[in-house]
Amino acid sequence: MSFEMTVPRPLGRQDDGAAHDVALSHEEELRRRHLMMDPRPQGEMSQMVMDSMKRTGVEFWVVMAVLAVIALVGFLGTWLYQIHFGLGITGLQRPVFWGIYITGFVFWIGISHSGTFVSAILRVFKVEWRRSITRASEMMTSMSLLVAVAFLGIDIGRTWRGYWIIPYPNQRTLWPNFHSPFLWDAMAITSYLVGSTLYLFLPLIPDLAMARDRSVGWRHRLYRILSLGWRGTEAEWRNLQMAITIFAFAIIPVMFSVHTIVSWDFAMTRVIGWRSSIFAPYFVVGAIYSGVSAVVNILFLVRWNMKLDYFVREEHFEAFGKLMLILSFGWTYFFFADLLTEWYGGEAIGHEILAIQFHGQMQPFWYIMVLCNIVIPWLTLWHPKVRRTPIVLFFIALGVNIGMYLERYIIVTGFLRRNRLPFNWGEYAPSVAEAMIGIGSVALFLLLYGLFSRVVPMIPVWEVREGQLAHALRRFGRTKVTSVSELE
Amino acid sequence: MAEAKGDSHRWGMVVDLDLCIGCGACVVACYAENNVPTVGVEEVSMRRSMTWLRIERHWKGEYPHLRADFVPMMCQHCQAAPCEPVCPMYAAVHDQNDHLNVQVYNRCVGTRYCALNCPYQMRVFNWFNPYFPEPLNNQLNPDVTVRKRGIMEKCTFCIQRIHRARDAAKAELRAIRDGEVQPACVQTCPTEALVFGDLDDPHSRVARLARSPRAFVLLEELGTEPSVFYLKRGGSHVV
Repeated sequence: MSFEMTVPRPLGRQDDGAAHDVALSHEEELRRRHLMMDPRPQGEMSQMVMDSMKRTGVEFWVVMAVLAVIALVGFLGTWLYQIHFGLGITGLQRPVFWGIYITGFVFWIGISHSGTFVSAILRVFKVEWRRSITRASEMMTSMSLLVAVAFLGIDIGRTWRGYWIIPYPNQRTLWPNFHSPFLWDAMAITSYLVGSTLYLFLPLIPDLAMARDRSVGWRHRLYRILSLGWRGTEAEWRNLQMAITIFAFAIIPVMFSVHTIVSWDFAMTRVIGWRSSIFAPYFVVGAIYSGVSAVVNILFLVRWNMKLDYFVREEHFEAFGKLMLILSFGWTYFFFADLLTEWYGGEAIGHEILAIQFHGQMQPFWYIMVLCNIVIPWLTLWHPKVRRTPIVLFFIALGVNIGMYLERYIIVTGFLRRNRLPFNWGEYAPSVAEAMIGIGSVALFLLLYGLFSRVVPMIPVWEVREGQLAHALRRFGRTKVTSVSELE
Repeated sequence: MAEAKGDSHRWGMVVDLDLCIGCGACVVACYAENNVPTVGVEEVSMRRSMTWLRIERHWKGEYPHLRADFVPMMCQHCQAAPCEPVCPMYAAVHDQNDHLNVQVYNRCVGTRYCALNCPYQMRVFNWFNPYFPEPLNNQLNPDVTVRKRGIMEKCTFCIQRIHRARDAAKAELRAIRDGEVQPACVQTCPTEALVFGDLDDPHSRVARLARSPRAFVLLEELGTEPSVFYLKRGGSHVV
């Protein structure tokens, strides 16, 4: 026995049993790692998705009830209170006229970005591992866009007149002012909300039909209406694929335009530190960075709460970990370029802006931001083990979201504190009401997402199935390799 | 006459920094004329005073040899105003006839975008509903709207007085005379540090003063073309 072990054998001369074992373990490893290589019957997958929606423990509803209370009191209640008494209940003051409401707006718009980014870009480039996670991320886009739009309503002084932003023929015979970046915002966000919701809905139709066929009672009635009479004929599939392709391509420029225009809300003004040509790409990269991190958070919660370990695997977290690292490089590049030009320019007021970041009131936030957005991702994400451990990646992603929130907080409320006439320099700290709305917005988002996750099939079963059919193990010489056939 | 081309004015003001003694009478007059609410110590210390006109005090030197420079600041009525294009509702608009920077309260929804973009920080937001304690409630000016919470407001150059002067001139079939329109602050200034008039009329007092070598505008490099000219300190008429 020991003699045999020590004598080297020519390649390909092992006995057949061992070769079979090696091939088998390789195959098992592939199955374990990749959803696409681990096919299960479609009925079983559909049942898993249906079960994830229906089998909900009491704990979940308790959490939802708590979130509902926080959202009702913190978000809606405080908002109504503010509408009644006026924006004076905030900590806003001259010259800091925008506070954490606008910070929250930019933050949630940023979050909304990556849902569609992940889904559309990966779909366009035919990235196969995207198949099971597109739904969860697209849902995030729609929900967070709603929260972002609510923040615009909260921020303005007369919320009840906010609808004037819509260009419609009216008794005042006035159009809104198309010179204002806010109007561009309104148009871009409306397009994005409509586009991304349709983009969420289109791939959902076959899944809704699947759910229709597997449910009774109110669910059946709901899915019957929503699935638009889907039967799964050849023509229906062809049209659906065409529509999805068109939307996937069309939504990408819309997505870029939204955050570009959000950055122009700032970059088009005369506020020192805001007026910067780099803001548009800087904000887009920042949005994708925070959004991808938010997708990681959401995927982790969905997988854990809905027991979807079969569909959401370590390979997904690993891929997102890489994406986060690359986006961290990209964001840092813009961040550094923006800082350097401000510093090198040497304008006194520009240096005041830097001073409040480096050793002024924004100093702690600035260092936490650098820690969360640069130091931690750079030190950890290069390691495959970190990327493959979902709980670790979850906390890194949470850190990135905190860091990105602070980045917006510094840009919005920090830069406004200094301006050209020092008599008007001021301070700002969010009031209790603002903090409640900020916390309430997170609760609202989680509540919306949680409720929808119990109605909307969270995994596009047909897309997973399609991918699994296209994947095959083929013998190549003595080894087996993965092959993917091109889908028509 | 009102329809005639000659009825267009470019209303402007000259502030002589030599003459300003920082008494604040103009500020009080502005509060009274324009129904500007008082907000109390707490709000003022939060930099939320509603004043449309403020005397900025810039201290120079150390304690015993201390000296304050007073700069009265009001809306500069820029001809290329940064506040106007950013308003999504056309609430901040330009009066093409009077060349004023006007704020249409009814259209304002309170985005406060204009306030951010004003390099002079002269726009005022109604954080709460106005409150006029006794006996201030009895002296509200019927010519001026009382603004509610959630909207932006600012110095109008006492546009109600401009309109009244125009009506009077029209009734008498003549043009508005130089000095006929006087905003409340100008009327009240004890040292005549503030002068108001039509900058388009080369013979008006304000136009002559604006041509003075001492004249400058604030933050000229921004190209906002303000209608308020300041006369820098050290004029020959000061002893």
